[in-house]
Formats: sequence, C-alpha cells, structure tokens
Amino acid sequence: MQVSVSVSVSVSEENAEQEPAAQQVSAFLERRREQIAQRWADAALFRTVFTVSRDEAVEAGRAVAAALAAVAASGRLDDIRASGFEAVRDQLGRMAASRARTGIDPDGVAREVAALREPAAELLRAEFEDPNGPEALECVVALTVLMGTLRLVVMETAVSASEELIARQREQLHEVATPVIKLWESTVAVPLIGTLDSARSQVVMESLLDAIVAERARYAILDITGVPTVDSLVAQHLMKTVAAARLMGAECIVSGIRPAIAQTIVHLGIDLGTVLTRGSLADALAYALSRQGVGIGPVAPAGTAPAADAGVR
Amino acid sequence: MRAARHAAPATLPIGSDADLAWVRQQVRQAAAELGFGLVQQTKLVTAASELARNTLVHGGGGQVRITPLDTGQSQGLRLDFVDSGPGIRDLEQAMTDGYTSGGGLGLGLSGAKRLVHEFEVDSRPGEGTTVTVTAWATPVSPSRPGPP
Ligand SMILES: Nc1ncnc2c1ncn2[C@@H]1O[C@H](COP(=O)(O)OP(=O)(O)OP(=O)(O)O)[C@@H](O)[C@H]1O
Ligand SMILES: [Mg+2]
Repeated sequence: MQVSVSVSVSVSEENAEQEPAAQQVSAFLERRREQIAQRWADAALFRTVFTVSRDEAVEAGRAVAAALAAVAASGRLDDIRASGFEAVRDQLGRMAASRARTGIDPDGVAREVAALREPAAELLRAEFEDPNGPEALECVVALTVLMGTLRLVVMETAVSASEELIARQREQLHEVATPVIKLWESTVAVPLIGTLDSARSQVVMESLLDAIVAERARYAILDITGVPTVDSLVAQHLMKTVAAARLMGAECIVSGIRPAIAQTIVHLGIDLGTVLTRGSLADALAYALSRQGVGIGPVAPAGTAPAADAGVR
Repeated sequence: MRAARHAAPATLPIGSDADLAWVRQQVRQAAAELGFGLVQQTKLVTAASELARNTLVHGGGGQVRITPLDTGQSQGLRLDFVDSGPGIRDLEQAMTDGYTSGGGLGLGLSGAKRLVHEFEVDSRPGEGTTVTVTAWATPVSPSRPGPP
C-alpha cells in the first residue's frame, strides 16, 4: 500500500458539482460507520484483541471509523499528525500493544491493519452506480491513502508501546530477591535494592529474622542505599522490621540514607528518631564491631569499603 | 525512549503495585528532563508515590496525568491524581498528620503537601477524589522562597 499517492485526491476534479473525494469518503465513513464496524469486528486485528465480546470489537471499530471520517473531513488524508487521529491514538496503541504481547511481530500488525482496507473499500464501491467508474475509483484511492496513514499511526504507537513494555519489565527486574549476608560473628546485613512494596518487605523481614536466629546475630544492618524512594509505606516497613528484630534480641541499624532521602523523610513528617542510623554500610559495621569490643582501629573508609561494596552489589 | 514524549502531558493508569513503580519512574524521568535537582526530584517522586497509593488503596484505582509546565521563567510539573472512589468526607481530618482510616502512618496527604509547591484536593463524597500538585524546578539559589 502506498502512502505517497498524489495530493490531488483532495482537490475537486474538472466535474464542478462533484465533491472532493476526501469529503465523499468522510461522508461515506459516517453514513456506513455501523456496517464498517461490523465487518472490522471480524477482521483479525479486532477479533484477536477483543476476545471477550464481539460488541467491544464493534465499539472499537466504530471509534476508528469515526476518527477516519474526521481526518478525511479535514482533507489531511496522508498526515499521521491529523488531529482526527487523537481520539483513537490511545486505543490504537493499546490494540497494538495487545497484539505485540501475543508475540506477533510489527510486520504482522501492519498486515492486519492493511487488511482493514478491503472490507471498507468494498462497501465504498457499492455506494456508486458504477463501482468501477472514475468517481468510485477516485474515492477508493482516497480511502486507500487514508488507510495507509492509519497503518503508520498504528505502527508509531506500537513502537512507543513496546518501548514502554521494555521499560516496565526493566522496572520490575528491580524486584529481585534480597539475600541476607553474614558480615561478621553476630552481625548480619541485608542490602535492600529496588522497590520495597508490602509483599517484598514481608519477605525481607522474614529472611532477616530467620538469619538473626540462625546466626545468633546481635546486630542486623538494613542498608537502603539501593532503595530509590522512601515514602511513608517504606518507612513503616522499615520501622516494623526494626521493631521485630529488637524483639528477637538484635539491634537494628539502618544505613545508606542518602541526603536527598533524608530531607524528604523529614518533610514527610516521618520520625525515625527511635531508629539507629549510620551513613554507610561500612559505618554501620564499624559500629556493630565496636559494640562487640572488636577493635578495628580508626575506621579508614577505604579499609572497610570493600565489604560495603560487596554487600551493595 | 524519546525525550519528546514528555513535552506533552501523559496519562498513566493506577491499578496495581506495578503501576505505582511505573508512576514513580515516569515522574522521576519527567522531573529530571525539566531540570529538577536531585532533592526536588526525590521530593516530588515521594509525594507522587503517596498520592498514587492513596488513589489505588483508598480510591480503588484511577489514573495520574503528568503535565509539564513552562511559564517562560520556570519549568514545573503538575500531577493530577484522579479516582472515582468514595471521596473524602472530612478533608480537614484527612489532612491531619497521623490520621488514617486504615493501618497507615497517616502521613501521605499531609506529608505530600509539604513536599510540593502547590497542593489542592477536590473531593466529593460518593463521587471521587482529585488531588493536584505542582512543583517548580527552582534554581540552586537558596534565596528563593520555598514551598509554604
Ligand atoms: N483518594 C482518596 N479517596 C478516599 N479517601 C482518601 C483518599 N486519599 C486519602 N484518603 C483518606 O485520607 C486518609 C489520610 O490519607 P493519608 O495518605 O494521609 O494516610 P493513609 O493513606 O491512611 O496512610 P499513609 O501514611 O500510609 O499514606 C486516609 O486514611 C483515607 O481515609
Ligand atoms: Mg496514604
């Protein structure tokens, strides 16, 4: 399907009474919207996206036909930025994304959009006394241009939709398991990385409490260097974990609160006053060791850094 | 991801925990692109996290509209959190530090207000809640008055 068909389709031909083809196509899409939507509902694109009810597919088809009518009315048949597309851009994006999720490649989606042209063209030809006459032909050409533009619009939304899919998956990768590591006799640490939602903080709390028991730990370090956002829910989870560790006889130290997060916590109104905090995992470990009478000399940050790095990685 | 996408408003769904992570990520990116500093980004993202969670938990889900603002002098970001849940009957009470109708800390609404420059709640019992916040990218000069 070519999109580069001449612009003359929107300009009236020598026949003065004849409406421009784009206007005729627009009127046709309005007049026959229902029939077009019914036929599209059985086309692969709509049928496979709207699997729950055919009514939904018809409804979506109506919306697309209405949008195409608006684009044709504006005469911008080959303009993927035509404002008429706005009403259905989101919907088309969702449809393309839904097709992409089933594993069909972009070419396949393009072919499915292209396949919408023929049922509509058939209805269009039937509107003319002579379905193969010049007037009918001109209108079918206009419709073909318009459907080619629709295909480009879908492809464009499909590309941004799959970008979003990839980014979302990357976000969710942050939700990896959180290992509890033994840093020293009686000292365990858990480097938290990523989003600390309720489900995950439950896992963290359980594995930390298990480790406290297994290692007979007296100190537990929660390092939040890798937590991008500390909101009231995350803070609440942290405080509950600290309280639970205390009940198990271990002292909890929260390390790695970055300056931006410290300021935000204060504005939010969260009181971490009862929680012992240290700047870095290394500082927290130094504190735990000194409390156990382990002399490690003046803590040169460089000296303890490898342990901290190993933990946060 | 193209930068241009954030020049225009975007609407994101809020219907699951995964959506919350996505909202935070998108707000952070939009704020960074508008030149927000790290502290400002963190504040706005945290406010967004609170409000989006309220939309999900108390409002039963909804959406957020992210709108970049440009006055010519400063750049800002407006976030509208919209749900059609039960609404907030007593707004003054809901805005009180520590008030929660569930098991939270009750700091979401009041805390979010302190983290942004403009804050507005429009809620009708039985019809839903819209919380609108705006933050501006302030130059690094400390002389500029902060949020009220
Ligand atoms: N979108 C909303 N729809 C209905 N009620 C809401 C909404 N947002 C907030 N509320 C009400 O306002 C109260 C206070 O909200 P706030 O976010 O401050 O605290 P919270 O959500 O209960 O706890 P948290 O500190 O974890 O956020 C809520 O408990 C709830 O009753
Ligand atoms: Mg809340």
